[in-house]
Amino acid sequence: MQEPRKPWWKRLRKGVDTSTEEKLETPDGIWHKCNGCKKALLVTQLRDNLHTCPHCNYHEKIDAEDYFDILFDDKKCEEHFTELRSKDILHFVDTKSYEKRINDAIENTDLKEAMRVMVGAIGGNTTVVAAMDFRFIGGSLGSVMGEKISRAIDLAIERKAPFLIISKSGGARMQESAFSLMQMAKTSAKLHQLAEAKVPYISLLTNPTTGGVSASFAMLGDLNIAEPGALIGFAGPRVIEETTKRKLPEGFQTAEFQLENGFLDFIVDRKELKEKLTKVLNLLKK
Amino acid sequence: MIFLEFEKPIEDLYAQIEELRQMEQKTGMTMADKIERLEHKIKDTREELYSKLTTWQRIQVSRHPERPYTQFYSNYLCNDFVELYGDRTFRDDKAIIGGFGDLNGQTVMFIGHQKGHNTKMRQYRNFGMPYPEGYRKALRLMKLAEKFNKPIVTLIDTPGAYPGEDAEQRGQGEAIARNLIEMVSLKVPVLCIVIGEGASGGALGIGIGDKLLMLENTWFSVISPESCASILWRSWDFKEKAAVALQPTPQELLKYGIIDEIVKEPIGGAHLQPEEMAKTLKKTIIKHLAELTKIDPQTRIENRIKKYSAIGQFETVNV
Ligand SMILES: [Zn+2]
Repeated sequence: MQEPRKPWWKRLRKGVDTSTEEKLETPDGIWHKCNGCKKALLVTQLRDNLHTCPHCNYHEKIDAEDYFDILFDDKKCEEHFTELRSKDILHFVDTKSYEKRINDAIENTDLKEAMRVMVGAIGGNTTVVAAMDFRFIGGSLGSVMGEKISRAIDLAIERKAPFLIISKSGGARMQESAFSLMQMAKTSAKLHQLAEAKVPYISLLTNPTTGGVSASFAMLGDLNIAEPGALIGFAGPRVIEETTKRKLPEGFQTAEFQLENGFLDFIVDRKELKEKLTKVLNLLKK
Repeated sequence: MIFLEFEKPIEDLYAQIEELRQMEQKTGMTMADKIERLEHKIKDTREELYSKLTTWQRIQVSRHPERPYTQFYSNYLCNDFVELYGDRTFRDDKAIIGGFGDLNGQTVMFIGHQKGHNTKMRQYRNFGMPYPEGYRKALRLMKLAEKFNKPIVTLIDTPGAYPGEDAEQRGQGEAIARNLIEMVSLKVPVLCIVIGEGASGGALGIGIGDKLLMLENTWFSVISPESCASILWRSWDFKEKAAVALQPTPQELLKYGIIDEIVKEPIGGAHLQPEEMAKTLKKTIIKHLAELTKIDPQTRIENRIKKYSAIGQFETVNV
């Protein structure tokens, strides 16, 4: 079993899924109500299960760092491009200013942006991994994420190391308007370079992957893979229901739906992610 | 003639002219002088109004129901325009059209969003909102152009890709994403022009190329002002506020280096003098294609990658 790098109580504090209402402290420990089957689970038990429910296999949202812990051999990895920060280019103000939104996100998380890039070994294969963190403005795609992906691709080409993006995002960051839209173009242009260099690119779609992210790099993997039950789609379910005035069928836009419709190579349980990725990376190498 | 909200002063002047004409008929007295004066006033008022359009007014002009669409331009600009249909896989999408035509002696592939001018046609064209097969048809036509070394012009005018159940089932996200990466590496010149609305991935899905131009009264943004307002302000009532915040006008986007050029519209908007608009557009397209054709394919693709890689604004801090 993987042990997180930080003490579990610290992890719990910053976890997005364990909201205060769902937490219940008892003498036996802290409990979490599964977002799938609603059964109460001991947080320690949930953590040991990589935040998947032992009863219904619901995959709770986890942080970028959790994926790094799960994937990298001996949890060893080096982080890149930590110097990049979002900027309120347009002086965008909605219910609060974008500048404040950025600063709040930095203050309320241990993050500087919605994406982190690490290089480490997955089953002995040196891999560049760019993982999103939903806690930072919903994992939204803005200039910094675009630039991080761009530089990560350069790094992957330079080191001839496979590239993995773990998506978890509501889409483009509206506060950067046309700049965020153009990140879809930018990342696609860079992925063309990566393809020319014959470096493998694997896209892992996790819950949720929607909007501009799903209409650019997340759908452009040599392999598109997903976690079970993940919401994946271009238009969000609410927008579709508003447009068509019809309730969506059960299971619409889930990873299983996308697999059936031919847009995924396979679905992988988080507990088997490392093993399966290692297998794929080895096969691509041979 | 359909008047927009802010064109009320012009509408009133037209009404006055109409009254004078009726009076002429009734009384037999000539009102020519008065009518001429009013016509001048209309011209001045229009110039005045259009010289200082607000963001929201410009968006309204971009959505004017009489605005010329792709079909008008491709037929007007080209001799022997031949429309081509279908994605070869599922069906023919009506919200994106395309075909070959002879533009000033050069065969050009035109591809663009298509809206309708009346209720029936608007529905037929799905309000310019393509399904995945629309993007796949566009890509098929682009590959066809590439095969025979013909330049591509795309005309963008969409409120967004269609957000429907069947569109999702057939992979709206994948279809747009595929076009983005495929268009980056097209060997032939690709000139993209926003002729109306340029909303989100639905616009970008046929919007990757060597140059991005916008007609003067258009907009281009990551999301429509209405949707942006409903997400960030939780109400459509804030759409004008959202529009200003998104800075989606050609004038703003040129300043930010997102687009390469603004194509001037006739005073009062493209819909007022469509043929004038088409003539200006023709000149613009010919000029750009002449420049782009000079570049060899390898350099062209490298330039595209360089251009897109450079887009983004961020800070670099010491860590
Ligand atoms: Zn459960």
